[in-house]
Amino acid sequence: MKVSLFVTCLVDLFFPEVGEATVKVLREHGVEVDFPRGQTCCGQPAFNSGYWDDARAAARHFLDVFEATDDYIVTPSGSCALMVKQEYPHLFENEPETKARAVAVAQRVHELSSFLIDVLGVEEVGARYEGRVTYHASCHLSRGLGVTEPPRRLLQAVDGVEYVEMEDAGRCCGFGGTFAVKMADVSNAMGEDKIANIRATEADTLVGCDAGCLMQITGAMRRSGRPIKAYHLAQILAGETES
Amino acid sequence: MTTGTFTERATTAVQDTQLRDALARATVHFVDGRLTAMGELPDPDGLRDRGRAIRREVLENLDEHLATLADAVEAAGGHVHWALDGDEACRIVGQIAEQHGVELAVKAKSMTSEEIELNHVLEAQGVSVVETDLGEWIIQLAGERPSHIIAPAVHKTIEDVIELFKTATGEEGLPAEIPALTAVARRALRQRFVEAGLGISGVNFAVAETGTVILVTNEGNGRFVTSLPPVHVAIMGLEKVAPTWDDLTVLLPLLTRSATGQRMSSYVTAVTGPRRAGDIDGPQEFHLVIMDNGRSDILDSKYRESLACIRCGACLNVCPVYGEVGGHTYASTYPGPIGSVITPLLEGAESASELPWASSLCGACLDACPVRIDLPRMLIELRDEQVARGMTPRSESWAFRWFGRLTRHRFLYSLAVRVGRLLQRPLTRDDRITSAPPPLSGWTQYRDFPALAGRSFSERWEEMEKPSHD
Repeated sequence: MKVSLFVTCLVDLFFPEVGEATVKVLREHGVEVDFPRGQTCCGQPAFNSGYWDDARAAARHFLDVFEATDDYIVTPSGSCALMVKQEYPHLFENEPETKARAVAVAQRVHELSSFLIDVLGVEEVGARYEGRVTYHASCHLSRGLGVTEPPRRLLQAVDGVEYVEMEDAGRCCGFGGTFAVKMADVSNAMGEDKIANIRATEADTLVGCDAGCLMQITGAMRRSGRPIKAYHLAQILAGETES
Repeated sequence: MTTGTFTERATTAVQDTQLRDALARATVHFVDGRLTAMGELPDPDGLRDRGRAIRREVLENLDEHLATLADAVEAAGGHVHWALDGDEACRIVGQIAEQHGVELAVKAKSMTSEEIELNHVLEAQGVSVVETDLGEWIIQLAGERPSHIIAPAVHKTIEDVIELFKTATGEEGLPAEIPALTAVARRALRQRFVEAGLGISGVNFAVAETGTVILVTNEGNGRFVTSLPPVHVAIMGLEKVAPTWDDLTVLLPLLTRSATGQRMSSYVTAVTGPRRAGDIDGPQEFHLVIMDNGRSDILDSKYRESLACIRCGACLNVCPVYGEVGGHTYASTYPGPIGSVITPLLEGAESASELPWASSLCGACLDACPVRIDLPRMLIELRDEQVARGMTPRSESWAFRWFGRLTRHRFLYSLAVRVGRLLQRPLTRDDRITSAPPPLSGWTQYRDFPALAGRSFSERWEEMEKPSHD
């Protein structure tokens, strides 16, 4: 089986180790991974901020890059997957031809955890991590794509993980892309509530499936001077948690 | 309270720990109630789908349903008034009050009357208006506006209420117990129902086939308002129609279960016209004011779906932004996600231009909405309109134009990343940025920002391309 990796701009530029871990996990499950070199950003920041013309520019580029492949498109982000799967067709509502292309590409896009569970049927993850772990269910993954169980099942299948569910795991962490900057006070207050729920679990490790949320939560935790370990699910599954 | 911008009010609100605690308690209570009440239905999603279908059909054929409703109200002996806007609606109610020489009007809870600030208009012509819903009364005593669609005083503590009641009634030493406080309200309000010349109510649903106005309440005040005074005026936004009683059997449980987590509210009052021969109570006159006030414009727009709202408030309760800032921060009749969508539509994009941005687009509102209104989508559409109208900062539109270019050209994108690495160098310590210039300063004010990685994934790919076979 072949997969084209849609790494996302956040992972590419800020968290390359998450991309490496994603590749490693996929390969461990017998998948051949290709990385279409032309990819940039899916355009979600512009889309969410109302700059739809600029979002369409990014979307057209994405379609050009990924139409050159014909395998599964897998991404370590619920949010970016949602953008392509749900919003691209909507963005091109008035351009039937592009919309058809968008729909065709959208059908091939899978978020990593749901790809592992729903497409590959993974049960044994073959990973080990020692720690008390809680999971933040990011909005676009859990409510947008309806992917709630796969990340939890994968985490719980990791040897040595003591899994503890936090209160309101699916409540927004306050990231919201440009929202975090435009309405910084409110965004931060939402982050405070999320962090209180994380701390209440007494977990030593936070795991998420979206780099954006992890940026928000760990950024505030570091500032508070009391960070806990935080990883993308791919890093736990790949056993790459040292860096 | 309603001065400044949303952002300024939000900044104050998030520092108000008492407010945030009160909101957290109330919204958790409502959310748990809704989840339990919806969850015990055999097919909650099926009921939501039916509710959505009914509301969509109503909006599709609104003119026909309104005509049926008006005919039925008149056939039952009631009067129907059409109001193009809030001023006209207020004028109509004012004239009815004047014709009957009304000095005192009692009101059941009505968000529509809040929308048009009816109380001020009536008071200006010498009519005293008393709110009889407990929460609304508290708000009226405080001189505020509701901060929640169904729980107007949700931001008030019990101590606040004791203080307000003391001032209003002169009763000293009130205990911090809800039954004792509701008893105060009962003592103060009961006589007013008897004295009032006019009862004013809202409308939760208007059943078109029989011309029946449905009121959903928990305190029984709605029943007094609609039965004791000689004249009853009900005010509705023109979207509130339920074509048939069968439709009502779908919409009513969706409303009560989503709003307060009740299988049924304590009182469901159905008013069909004035008192008939042989009735033991009821008003001699019944008036129904059907108000547009910007709604028909929404009906003809891509935001039509927002008129499907049944005002349950579930989207407020789940909204993390509402939960941090409370209803007053929105400075609008309708706060929360639904308010952020319909306020700019009702009042004009310029007047509430910040509201569409008051969302992280987390989708909790869509998830909770009993009739599945896609509020996040509409918030983004409103943002798109602001961009098209040039209402966003020039620097921002410039930045996104560049964003569009960079994402289209991999070479420029890589170049920009290299420039970024140079620019971040003086700001970076231990791979993070703790203080940055605007617009990133909003982030770094509270949170560390990660520095761009020394080597991006794209730059690492070449050596990863051939997997090692270990």
